[in-house]
Amino acid sequence: MDIIKAIDEEQKRTDIPEFQPGDTVTVSVKVVEGTKERIQDFTGIVIAKQGGGIQENFTVRRISYGVGVERVFPLHSPRIASVKVLRRGRVRRAKIYYLRTRTGKAARIRDRK
Amino acid sequence: MSKGILGKKLGMTRIFQDGKVIPVTVIEAGPCVVTQIKTKENDGYDAIQVGFSPVKENRVNKPTKGHFAKAGVAPTRYLREFRVDHVDEYTVGQEIKIDIFEDGEMVDVIGKTKGKGFAGMIKKNHFSCGPMAHGSKYHRGPGSLGAMGPARVFKGRPLPGRMGGNRVTVQNLTVAKVDVDKNVILVKGAIPGSKKGLVTIRSAVKAR
Repeated sequence: MDIIKAIDEEQKRTDIPEFQPGDTVTVSVKVVEGTKERIQDFTGIVIAKQGGGIQENFTVRRISYGVGVERVFPLHSPRIASVKVLRRGRVRRAKIYYLRTRTGKAARIRDRK
Repeated sequence: MSKGILGKKLGMTRIFQDGKVIPVTVIEAGPCVVTQIKTKENDGYDAIQVGFSPVKENRVNKPTKGHFAKAGVAPTRYLREFRVDHVDEYTVGQEIKIDIFEDGEMVDVIGKTKGKGFAGMIKKNHFSCGPMAHGSKYHRGPGSLGAMGPARVFKGRPLPGRMGGNRVTVQNLTVAKVDVDKNVILVKGAIPGSKKGLVTIRSAVKAR
């Protein structure tokens, strides 16, 4: 069991800042195109975090050209170059899936103090 | 076909490789020790017998103790045989470590599945349930056993019975990582058996 823990710890990243559902983040993703590697930003609201330890994922939702886009990232993935927290939002639940049915003013999230 | 090692299943986790998540089973394999060499002249076939997992001397019965004493090695919990092509490459007392396998190699893993006891048709043979309500009294039964014509039940007819506890081989698993210092091998995918169960790892028979 300790060997498995050691394997997990080895791969965990410590450079990812702490964030919660409701926060607005920019995730810089390393995209491999052929042999070249470039960085692509994805900005949106974190609507869920799931799993624990090395298996932890988070879902980021944004409205892109009027279409809702959600991306799920493994938190400890080496493909993530960086995560920047832009805004801290106050929400009352861990999974804010209700944002999917709301647009515009109704989809606002209050700032957390 | 001439490589093999014994190990203990520790459990599953996942690792990142080339930016991708891959599920792996962690196996603590080896070090194994060669306890006997079987030759065609003596035994009718070529094989090596290896021992794995050290055990206290007083836990071993007298005949087995004698067998270990003859080989001049410390007693082990498990003894298993591997067929090898060239017996003369091995000597009694030689240690086999996990470094015989490399990253990216194909292996077969043999284990004993978890015993499920006396299982019914739904668990064992993947039958569907009957309706649980609306006056139905047929819930998890086996259904019809066949036509009335032959007046008997055909051989091979799925029926409830003991499930699990079988020796199962999973072929062509990829070795994700080998850690020689810790005697640990990471194999991509799931393998049979419970944690702490004995597994046999050998190079894949049908490797592509």
